[in-house]
Amino acid sequence: MELGFLIGSIVKILALLAYIYGILWVMAQPSRWVKAGGLVVAFGIVQLGLTKFGNIQILNSFDSGLLFQASAMTMVALGLNLIYGFNGQFSLGQWGFYGIGAYTAADITYRWVNGDARGFVVVAVGTILGAFILAGIGKLLKKIRGVPVMSAFTLYLIGSIAAGFVAVMAGKLLFPVFQPLLGTNLEPGILATGIPLQVVFFLAVILAGVFAAEISFLLGIPVLTLGSDYFGIATLGFTIVVNVLMVNSDTILPFPEMKGGRGMVGIPKLTTWFWAFFFMIVVIVIMRNILRSSTGRAIMSVREDETAAKAMGIDIAGSKLMSFVIGSLFAGMGGAIYAHFIGFLSPGSFDFLVGFNPLIIVVFGGLGSMTGTIAASFGWLFFLEGLLRVLLGQMGTEAPTWRYVLYPLTLLLLMLIRPQGLLGTVEWGFLKAKEVLVRQKPKPASTDTPAVQA
Amino acid sequence: METNTSSRTILKVDGLTKYFGGLGAVQNFDMVLKEGDLNGLIGPNGAGKTTVFNLITGIYVPTRGVVEFDGTSTAGREPFEITRSGIARTFQNIRLFSNLSVLDNVRIAYHPHAGYNLTDSVLRTKRFYAKEDELTEQALDFLAIFGLEGIQNELAKNLPYGQQRRVEIARALAANPKLLLLDEPAAGMNPKEIIELMDLIHFIHDRFNLTILLIEHQMRVVMGICRYITVMDFGQVIARGNPKEIQANQRVVEAYLGKGAGHAA
Repeated sequence: MELGFLIGSIVKILALLAYIYGILWVMAQPSRWVKAGGLVVAFGIVQLGLTKFGNIQILNSFDSGLLFQASAMTMVALGLNLIYGFNGQFSLGQWGFYGIGAYTAADITYRWVNGDARGFVVVAVGTILGAFILAGIGKLLKKIRGVPVMSAFTLYLIGSIAAGFVAVMAGKLLFPVFQPLLGTNLEPGILATGIPLQVVFFLAVILAGVFAAEISFLLGIPVLTLGSDYFGIATLGFTIVVNVLMVNSDTILPFPEMKGGRGMVGIPKLTTWFWAFFFMIVVIVIMRNILRSSTGRAIMSVREDETAAKAMGIDIAGSKLMSFVIGSLFAGMGGAIYAHFIGFLSPGSFDFLVGFNPLIIVVFGGLGSMTGTIAASFGWLFFLEGLLRVLLGQMGTEAPTWRYVLYPLTLLLLMLIRPQGLLGTVEWGFLKAKEVLVRQKPKPASTDTPAVQA
Repeated sequence: METNTSSRTILKVDGLTKYFGGLGAVQNFDMVLKEGDLNGLIGPNGAGKTTVFNLITGIYVPTRGVVEFDGTSTAGREPFEITRSGIARTFQNIRLFSNLSVLDNVRIAYHPHAGYNLTDSVLRTKRFYAKEDELTEQALDFLAIFGLEGIQNELAKNLPYGQQRRVEIARALAANPKLLLLDEPAAGMNPKEIIELMDLIHFIHDRFNLTILLIEHQMRVVMGICRYITVMDFGQVIARGNPKEIQANQRVVEAYLGKGAGHAA
């Protein structure tokens, strides 16, 4: 039994890696139709595995839980890799943004199915208005030159608070409009079931991401001026602050439905494989498209050498802020996906110690490798939670604790054998940088110039 | 005294002073560069030459003094804004983006004027592909000029020293500067490489219609290509003139070889 399980688990992990390779390969195909078709097939394969045919189900509910968790983890870890692996800023704050995303999205949908549209309206109005105000202030500050960082930060903060105030007012005003359409928890109205609910969930994931991104923008302005290590400490502080706020969300924050340290229960379980897969692919595509462009090269140049980047006309501060904000957007979206498959949010799962997990994954998979991060997110979860926990669980009730001895040892060994991470900077298929092998067109007529010999 | 009085002033440095704590790294430094000049800045180690470069490019903020580039003061502007306005530089200790490919190193220089924005790259619009191809072609052209064809996909850190120097100069030129600051381009090169480098500097100066300011220790390079030379010692200008005048200048010889050396020679 144990041997069978061990082999089964290893087969599953290998199959997952092959699956990821397949997705990235098919996405690299030039034809749009092949790409789309391949993605549908990739989605379908797992969906079939999740579907029950009589008594046969290839991926049981335990596996599906790991699968969703891994897709959420992929999003956070990719965001962290953008910040740490590609931009070189050591952030420990991504878990905080993950938590913010989870709680924000959960609050939207929880209230929605309980006949309260305020969560949705307040977050939607707040984030959209906030985005416009922040962009406006940014433009203004560009015109007025030489504004100190903290003054700029104060302006942004005032703008955000104003947006939040308007959002709360809008929520109050629109609350009665939505109420008849939403019904109650027991008798849901037309907007609280079926497709409208899916649309709200979809928007909730995006809004949660944008909200997390806006918070990271505000945090990043003062904190990114710090050097790398100090930035890490400051963001760690942020994760702790977020965690404390979660524990006290029903007392010092006005959110009784979050139930503070007891944990938020009754979140509608809206995450399906379709949504998890969809958002994961969206994150992968956005990240790849950014990195394989001029902006991505600028981001990486900051990691390589800040002084040289400055001398090449690259806005260091802007580049750091951008990757931090985009990374946090991904973290927020990942949190939203997580909240809606687990259905229960406890502040304990957003503790800063757990927050090291994405960091471990990024280092494990290879700093500066998107493929490594994706593969490590899946492999890590299926190895740690899937294989080790179950295997050790059969040896005794306390034995699973041993996995926290075994897995640091694994990490230690990996770091000794392959310090650059499992995949180093290797990328697969779609994520590979396009190599320019030969020039596409012949060299323009400048052959009269004396070519300098090597 | 000026060799090139007809064209307009591109860089004007006036009373530039920089103190690090109590140490006057640069004191009352003056310099004027006309369009098309190829001038040298020399001096013994620690004379403050690189500090002058860092002050011009805005990496250091001057304690006193003004830097005017192309008619506007650079005061209060971020280093990246100053460079974007048309100053490019290389570094004494080569500063390539070592874990990026040679091509990417050069393509980074196009970032400020890439011609597409973040939305274009996320959505992979037609404009993205058009502009990206265009700048890749241009970058390849630069690599070809510098004899670096065929190694565009190599990581910069894997190149030999001489090639790294050339990649750095190619990268600086790709930024489309009006003024190029070269910080000891011949450092660590053998005599053969130095001759090639001198040809290269002459070539880019003519081909790209550049103004070049050069820091150099190798007297052969400076005397061979610079038309006008400024000599610094202990943060101050001690002599100016054309190569012949500098070679004959007593103070310069003293600064390099010590007092009495001039008489001995």
